[in-house]
Amino acid sequence: MSQAVLDALKARFGDAILETHSDFGDDTAVVAPEKWKEIGEFLRKDLEFDLPVDLCGVDYLGRLPRMEVVMHLYSIARRHRIRIKARVGDADMNQAELDSLTSIWPGMNWLEREVYDMSGVVFRGHPDLRRLLMYPEFEGHPLRKDYPANKTQPLVPYRTEEEAGITLEKQPPFGPDEGMSFPRQVWQRPEEN
Amino acid sequence: MGDLSAPTRTVALDGNEAGFATTKFEALLNWARKYSLFQYPFVTACCGMEFMSVASPRFDVARFGAEAPRFSPRQADLLWVVGTISQRQAPVLRRIHSQMADPKWVLAFGTCASSGGFYDNYTTVPGIDKIIPCDVYIPGCPPRPEAVLDGLLLLQDKIARGDRTPRILKPREDPLTLVQLGHKKKDPS
Repeated sequence: MSQAVLDALKARFGDAILETHSDFGDDTAVVAPEKWKEIGEFLRKDLEFDLPVDLCGVDYLGRLPRMEVVMHLYSIARRHRIRIKARVGDADMNQAELDSLTSIWPGMNWLEREVYDMSGVVFRGHPDLRRLLMYPEFEGHPLRKDYPANKTQPLVPYRTEEEAGITLEKQPPFGPDEGMSFPRQVWQRPEEN
Repeated sequence: MGDLSAPTRTVALDGNEAGFATTKFEALLNWARKYSLFQYPFVTACCGMEFMSVASPRFDVARFGAEAPRFSPRQADLLWVVGTISQRQAPVLRRIHSQMADPKWVLAFGTCASSGGFYDNYTTVPGIDKIIPCDVYIPGCPPRPEAVLDGLLLLQDKIARGDRTPRILKPREDPLTLVQLGHKKKDPS
């Protein structure tokens, strides 16, 4: 559907388009993070992508760069859509930064805040980069693969069992594994060679 | 009035035209309380749909005297926690609960309010009893309105007993089990 968009991107930006593919009707371009905003402006102005559908971060722990920021765009005017990816961040998520696209699509404001909240990607030039879903006291970024799956950060201290007068732990037959035959999967940082 | 904490007994005597009844003050008070539960609906999630069903005429929670919603916790007796409580919302829930005047009761509506359900992760409080005392837990995702009414009746039983323990300890007696155990004779018909 949008092979023409990929061709236009490649013709305009050349080496900044790191790879492209078209699987199952979805056309995707992986772009260089430095060109993120420039490509956004080109898509908005020249190719009329007027609707930012979604923005999200995908953590590939063990791969470098580690975090993949995925943007879905749709053009209501021309009825084509494209998926743009940029890979940022080293193993400790340093340099996980991208330019903010809020000046191009105002709707990107909350989407970028969500990605910052969940994955910890910093968007340079964002007017109000705060957490969107989690509370300000929350530490860390929960959708990173190295965030412990069972770690909670309660705002209200839980009642003790003496206070409650009842057992608050899980009762048999339910244990920490909830009766599953396999334990909770814990991600380990892969050993670096 | 005698001993208020002793088990109460209510006797109704038939007079000529107007009967009269003897009872204890506390039993009368509990009877009045259990049929005038002003509710505060703390509705956060999909269980709210079933809550609306319970409140609407088809299942009609008004039959049990618990239909009047009060959107100020200071006027409410019964806190319905309907749906998932996220960690971010927990301070609000605890504050609402502490604003309610005694005597007050709490009803956990559905699996998420009771135990967190399948949200076993960083977002969700694993059961409202971790932060506030809870009287009745209604299981189901979401529970059927019949289950909710059963939970409400359990709460009314508890209020009538004057029981202030943190949760229902004695399950409702299942007539079939009683028959099987020989505690109750089968109906001759």
